[in-house]
Amino acid sequence: MRIDTSLRTPLTKNIRAGTSGAVPLDDYRKNGGYRGLQKALTMPPRDISKLVQDAGLRGRGGAGFNTGLKWSFVPSQEDYSGQRYLVCNADEMEPGAFKDRYLLERDPHLLLEGMAIAARAIGATRAYIFLRGEYPLAAERLRSAIAEAESASLLGPGVFGGKFSLQVHLHRSAGNYICGEETALLNALEGKRAIPRAKPPFPQVSGLWGCPTVVNNVETLCNLPHLLMLGAEWYRSLGRGKNAGSKLFGVSGRVKTPGLWELPMGTPIREIVEQCGGGMQPGYQLRGLLPGGGSTDFLGPQHLDLAMDYDVIGKAGSRMGTGTILVLDDKTCPVGLVLNLQRFFARESCGWCTPCRDGLPWVVDILERIEQGHGKKQDLDLLQELAHRMGPGKTFCALAPGAAEPLESSLNLFLADYVAHIEQGSCPYAQNTAPLMETI
Amino acid sequence: MPEPPPIQQLSADEIAEIEHEAAAYPTRQPLGLEALRIVQQYRGWVSDGALQALAHYLKVPVAELDSLATYYQLIFRQPVGREVMLLCNSASCWVMGCSRVQKHIRQQLNIGPGETTADGIFTLLETPCLGDCDKAPVMMVGTEMHRQLDSEKIDALIRALRERHHSED
Ligand SMILES: Cc1cc2nc3c(=O)[nH]c(=O)nc-3n(C[C@H](O)[C@H](O)[C@H](O)COP(=O)(O)O)c2cc1C
Ligand code: SF4
Repeated sequence: MRIDTSLRTPLTKNIRAGTSGAVPLDDYRKNGGYRGLQKALTMPPRDISKLVQDAGLRGRGGAGFNTGLKWSFVPSQEDYSGQRYLVCNADEMEPGAFKDRYLLERDPHLLLEGMAIAARAIGATRAYIFLRGEYPLAAERLRSAIAEAESASLLGPGVFGGKFSLQVHLHRSAGNYICGEETALLNALEGKRAIPRAKPPFPQVSGLWGCPTVVNNVETLCNLPHLLMLGAEWYRSLGRGKNAGSKLFGVSGRVKTPGLWELPMGTPIREIVEQCGGGMQPGYQLRGLLPGGGSTDFLGPQHLDLAMDYDVIGKAGSRMGTGTILVLDDKTCPVGLVLNLQRFFARESCGWCTPCRDGLPWVVDILERIEQGHGKKQDLDLLQELAHRMGPGKTFCALAPGAAEPLESSLNLFLADYVAHIEQGSCPYAQNTAPLMETI
Repeated sequence: MPEPPPIQQLSADEIAEIEHEAAAYPTRQPLGLEALRIVQQYRGWVSDGALQALAHYLKVPVAELDSLATYYQLIFRQPVGREVMLLCNSASCWVMGCSRVQKHIRQQLNIGPGETTADGIFTLLETPCLGDCDKAPVMMVGTEMHRQLDSEKIDALIRALRERHHSED
């Protein structure tokens, strides 16, 4: 069977609308499944990395680093003959992110095939799927997909009867956002407390148990089977702007039809929010949005025509992150939303660095006071300063800089709201929401 | 100083499951979390006694295993109810009204986050983003997701769970 190069939705093509189960192995193979792996097994590993690099696939975990380039830092077989590992990061826990769950639950073989291709490229014979503990359905489906693939010689010893072998293990975590940071994840897999590691050395050189390791996001890996089958040129042609490929984009918040869709990379925000998401619910206006999860900077209505790609959103002062958009409406308190996010980050901080461990609870404390109407004008300068101290390069990992992004951008975009809280001595939105949740 | 011998013992089933997981790792250290989860599955939570038995079995210091246990939100070091309600309190659910859901649960069951009902059936916990944001507000109970929550859905869920446990007793 030939796969049609007019294919535009490689990530979701096997998932049939109106169904809720996982794509069975038979269907997956009938649709051309495991052909990408078959192709990869005929190529020298270095050529696979080169192909993926040329295609312009960028990491879908949020940072957008070129995937083939990342793999190329793994030492070559001539330089190092020991164990190597591939790890799939399935710890999705970013507030407002709901894309990896969909792929894990609906098409687990797409992920497994992608992992086998990546493992082949970097020379790994052992791989782990690091799955968050709150995804039991994904765990069950991954476990049966692994067993199915092994009994069909698509994974395990002697894949397709050849020399390539790959053991894939499922590791279930137990609820901890910091485990998603790739070096904390490695510590967690080794059975240690999940505290990020200093970099360098980078995991590609010294990762799991000191061996070369690549950590890739679920969606990144799911791009590989079709990329291998249909080539770099086809892959680049999927994007609408400069960035290559297709992407899962989502919208949550007070839109008419919240959801998740596979669209060309570079689709304008307006199209995602207004056409796919159906626009705002009656009686609500769009105040702002977080383009790609809780650790990205707020954008405003003036940014709706920007293309969702790494470069364009980056230039506008935010990040595309996970590509799942959270819409803030005009009846919801922006300060309350920022407080909600900062409480999350404060709780999930691993406590290693001072700006994060001490800064975040301080930020929460100030925001609570402002929200309750006890804020002072000086608090805004203090928030600016704390956000600055949590910025890039001042901490071991990107949790604190990520927390600073919505905080700092909200102080620009929603300054009038902060000031109104302080001057009025209460939350102007209090009649619409109950912002202060009870918490332990 | 050697640690005192454990008072509780692991069951043969627990040990078999732990050893089954051992095959996935080149060392025994990663077994800690797997073992805690397995013990919790059998016992509902990880008591001091269970922790001590586990540490003895895995040949690691109790304090080290406890540092893992207390690091993870889904390992319970206190007794919990038979139904643990994980109510998402992250950004999308907050925008869509999870504070109202929480308030409603408080009214119906008289518990807040971290508390268990007097009959031992329900524990309410807050949880970060459950990755189902387009169906917010959401809650996970056991392995089931409950989506687009409102007062009626909460009432129906509480009724169903209560009936199940009362008929089991
Ligand atoms: C606090 C924190 C949490 C993270 N959580 C995740 C996550 O749940 N899933 C993920 O793929 N990447 C997450 N990342 C990013 C990873 O560190 C890493 O960049 C990513 O897994 C690399 O995969 P990619 O190159 O395929 O995107 C997180 C980063 C930080 C700082
Ligand atoms: S920034 Fe925060 S989460 Fe990251 S290592 Fe430092 S203290 Fe830990």
